[in-house]
Amino acid sequence: MKLRRDIFQAIADPTRRAILIMLTSQSMTAGAIAENFDASRPTISKHIQILNECDLLEAHQQGREIHYQLKIEKIKEIDNWLEQFRKIWESRFDQLDKLLPTLKTKKNDP
Amino acid sequence: MTNLISYYPLLKQKKMTPSLQFDFRVDKKTNTVFIKRAFDAAQSLVWDAFTKQEILDQWWAPQPWKSKTKYMNFREGGRRFYAMVSPEGQAHWSVQEFKSISPKSNFKMLNTFADKDENRELPGSEWDLNFSEQNGITTVHISIYNESKERMDKMIEMGFKEGFTMTLNYLTELLGSIKN
Repeated sequence: MKLRRDIFQAIADPTRRAILIMLTSQSMTAGAIAENFDASRPTISKHIQILNECDLLEAHQQGREIHYQLKIEKIKEIDNWLEQFRKIWESRFDQLDKLLPTLKTKKNDP
Repeated sequence: MTNLISYYPLLKQKKMTPSLQFDFRVDKKTNTVFIKRAFDAAQSLVWDAFTKQEILDQWWAPQPWKSKTKYMNFREGGRRFYAMVSPEGQAHWSVQEFKSISPKSNFKMLNTFADKDENRELPGSEWDLNFSEQNGITTVHISIYNESKERMDKMIEMGFKEGFTMTLNYLTELLGSIKN
């Protein structure tokens, strides 16, 4: 069975998140990315492959080297992921808004 | 290095009325989340809502999650031991340890994830909550500082998990209302 890849799988792993953040500033070869990690080169290659399968990267052949670049429009989906965190607080505070008038009434009751 | 979240404040703000303001900002450079929210209620009431377990449990968890406080000793050095319970009944435990309390205006706490036996998973996040009132509107400023980037990521992931369940729940409700 072919595994379905999506953006949430991509960012579920801290190494992959680090790679994404690295690629926000420049395009890099797999070797240059791997130099930033203690993990083995094949491990990093595997992470790059997953990011590629999640459609987050664009690969450009330059001579004998492959440079990886972020697909910016896909990164915007990660922003939606963070938006979930913001929504938590919105929802939480909306619930408190609804609760406050009932607390007010209670407080005024002797 | 470009910061993934630096453009976060540019996101459109949801404002119900100009006075009931809501600001939410993530600063990944300092591993800090800043939250500001106004409430149409007196300061003492909002303070109670943040510091009394029976009130907290009514609003702290985003639906369909439930907040269940096992115990809460709101005093300096005291703790709140509570769980966020998913609709499937899965509990995610946390411990809040109260570091300092200035009644009705400020309290600071250390928030850590924990297991069901109250063993804390350090590091945690340091919360600073400020309350102030003007013309009957109480504003709460919250800053959440994470000791490490990993802790920050974990907090956001946990938030995502809750937020995602919440979104699915809204979707289910929406689909239900379309059917009827």
